Amino acid sequence: MVIGESKPVAEILEMIKDFKKVVVAGCKGCVTVCNVGGEKEVAILAAELRIARKAAGNDLETLEYTCERQCDPEYIEPLDDLVKDAEAIVSIACSVGPQYCTARYPFVPVFPGINTTSIGGAVEHGVWKEFCQACGSCIIGDFGGLCPITRCAKQLLNGPCGGSSEGICEVGKGSIPCIWQLIYDRLKNLGQLHKMQEVKLYKNWSTSRDGGLRTTIREELKQ
Amino acid sequence: MTAEYSAGSRLEKIFRSGQKALTGECGPPRGCDVDHFKHKASFLKGNVDAVNVTDNQTAVVRFCSMAAAKILLEMGVEPVMQMVTRDMNRIGLQSNILGAAALGIKNLLCLTGDHQSFGDHPQAKNVHDMDSVMLAHTVKTMRDEGKMVSGTELQGRPRIFIGAAANPFADPQEFRVIRMGKKIAAGVQFIQTQCIYNMERFRKFMEMANDMGLTEKCYIMAGITPLKSVGMANYMKKFVPGLDVPDSYITRLKGVPKDKVAAEGIKIAVDQIHECLAMKGIAGIHLMAIEWEERVPEIVEAAGLLPRPVVD
Repeated sequence: MVIGESKPVAEILEMIKDFKKVVVAGCKGCVTVCNVGGEKEVAILAAELRIARKAAGNDLETLEYTCERQCDPEYIEPLDDLVKDAEAIVSIACSVGPQYCTARYPFVPVFPGINTTSIGGAVEHGVWKEFCQACGSCIIGDFGGLCPITRCAKQLLNGPCGGSSEGICEVGKGSIPCIWQLIYDRLKNLGQLHKMQEVKLYKNWSTSRDGGLRTTIREELKQ
Repeated sequence: MTAEYSAGSRLEKIFRSGQKALTGECGPPRGCDVDHFKHKASFLKGNVDAVNVTDNQTAVVRFCSMAAAKILLEMGVEPVMQMVTRDMNRIGLQSNILGAAALGIKNLLCLTGDHQSFGDHPQAKNVHDMDSVMLAHTVKTMRDEGKMVSGTELQGRPRIFIGAAANPFADPQEFRVIRMGKKIAAGVQFIQTQCIYNMERFRKFMEMANDMGLTEKCYIMAGITPLKSVGMANYMKKFVPGLDVPDSYITRLKGVPKDKVAAEGIKIAVDQIHECLAMKGIAGIHLMAIEWEERVPEIVEAAGLLPRPVVD
């Protein structure tokens, strides 16, 4: 899923400083699961914004709504009634959400209330890690089911580099496991260590962000 | 190791003649103070066979390695141009390979490079379109097949002697030699190792390299960095991953008066040079006297490595 983290309230306050009435829009998708943009967080953020503005002697009115999803136009639609009375929208969906809002409401300013950090998942309560960079041509089958593109700081396909020490990557001040150590251990478990000896050559990055904006088309589903 | 020289650099010729080669290192400055760079390089001239010029080492911006290599050529010093894959994609890298060859640079060291989080621009974007293994393969393909990575034919092949680095002290320990073997399989002809302090671990690394037949396919140079002070030794031990400086060296440095520590550090380096040269499969020494170039003549002299071989 898409992982995000809240922006500092001060940053959001600065974005909306010229407005008196804003919509705070959440999303019941990924950002609800990672506790950053769901119904609960909408209520908390709206309250924080109102309190801060009241303290500053500049009252703010908030209109709150949490969409089923913000990455689908039909689920943005329910915001219409709120947006017509508001001066701006703060979306706390992943950065897809604010852009869908922007598309639907051409004359209403839209601001992101969270930072979208990665495609990943929870590894323990309150901790989410990145697992995928959406390079567009998955190669993890060659690496014991682990992704060196995402999880190696240098995106090595022929790792580990000289910065791998006792299973830890030199980047990240001891907090990041060396994915190449994990790949090594995994291939060893699978009896496939010979795969570590293969020289891996150039990756085709044209399916990644580098190739330009990506559009996924399923002809059979198109209307 | 084919009959014809692949680049005909002085370094390649010395290796081929069976003599032990000696390379040094000279980092370009964090500015364009050419005189300072030339001054440092002047201590290396005649005392080593070729000099590495680093490519924004530790991800700190310095003047570029190609310019530094060209300056060395003009000084009559043979360069080993380092190239990292951190800062350029395959278009930039191949362009620089061709440019370097056009300038007469014949030795290239293919590296991935330190992560930018260690340098002076930690907010920079990194590239890593390739890694060091792919870069070596790229140079080999351009040189031997006259083709770019894309398959495009080259007009004029770059005659480059291909080098790379190896760190015998990182983990997983048993994989380090195999990874060096991958570099060799990709086209690497000479290896310069990371600074060696743990001689026992390095000896094991070389035994494995010999057993795998890698020393028959590639010239391996032992990396030596003299310890300038107790502080430097402690820093290396504590903060550089995999660089376990043995306590015996630290004890030696601590056991002499303060004004003799540097001389003791040089003595340790000389001992290490002799020990490495006696190991089977070692083809030379890569002496990295970091910001200590002025002491290189003394170290090389003390190690009995002068005069340097003359080749055509």
